[in-house]
Amino acid sequence: MVFTFCIEGGNFSKAGSASSEVKKILKQLNVDSKIIKRTVVSLYEAEVNVVAHAFDGDMIVEIFPDKIAVRIEDKGPGIPDIDKAMEKGFSTATPKVREMGFGAGMGLPNIKKNSDEMNISSKVNVGTKLEIVNYLK
Amino acid sequence: MVKVADLVDKLNASVICGKDDLNQDISFGFASDLMSDVLTLDTDNLLLITGLNNLQTIRTSEMSDISYILFVRDKKVSQEMKDLACENNITLIECSYSMFKACSILCEMGLEPVY
Repeated sequence: MVFTFCIEGGNFSKAGSASSEVKKILKQLNVDSKIIKRTVVSLYEAEVNVVAHAFDGDMIVEIFPDKIAVRIEDKGPGIPDIDKAMEKGFSTATPKVREMGFGAGMGLPNIKKNSDEMNISSKVNVGTKLEIVNYLK
Repeated sequence: MVKVADLVDKLNASVICGKDDLNQDISFGFASDLMSDVLTLDTDNLLLITGLNNLQTIRTSEMSDISYILFVRDKKVSQEMKDLACENNITLIECSYSMFKACSILCEMGLEPVY
């Protein structure tokens, strides 16, 4: 099963709607609630990152019998130093993003914590691609 | 453990939505205006105590399986927040007390910290 969701950069009123849809799908498929929570927390963090930093993006969710694989690709400024971005506390978020309760430099480390596999690649002034895999055990 | 109805009474609070769940017991409390912190929690059966009243507070709770949110400092819930909370069976409670006062009362009542 493959599902694709569009993410609109800058639109905080919609931030989380793609992750919410994924949560509903995983619940319908009777996936274990702890795996659902880990997965949707990762996806929500990633979705907020696209809304906060990029122009737009796509979330492509593939559900296999043994795993959930998600790609989040955005068009945006990209990340010049991924190792730095992975450090807890490092953030380039705007005051608007901080007003929404984010931008503490915890998003990418929390995605890593809540994913069995995580890969991130980025090109400055092009965009960022994040891949997350969670196994259904 | 604290019964939702008891904490509403002690805090002089109002239930905005989720009035059917007031007989439930809650074990843990976590107070934060930073949703990034809330998203790092693994705890179940949690009351989120916050002064951040926007849609992302509800979204964060939805993703984190948090069923109860207490808004302190007299922060008011918008209709959009209420609609999203109802859709996700999240109980919203408003209270005029400061976060410190609300937390100290909840602690005395027996709500436990996450860490």
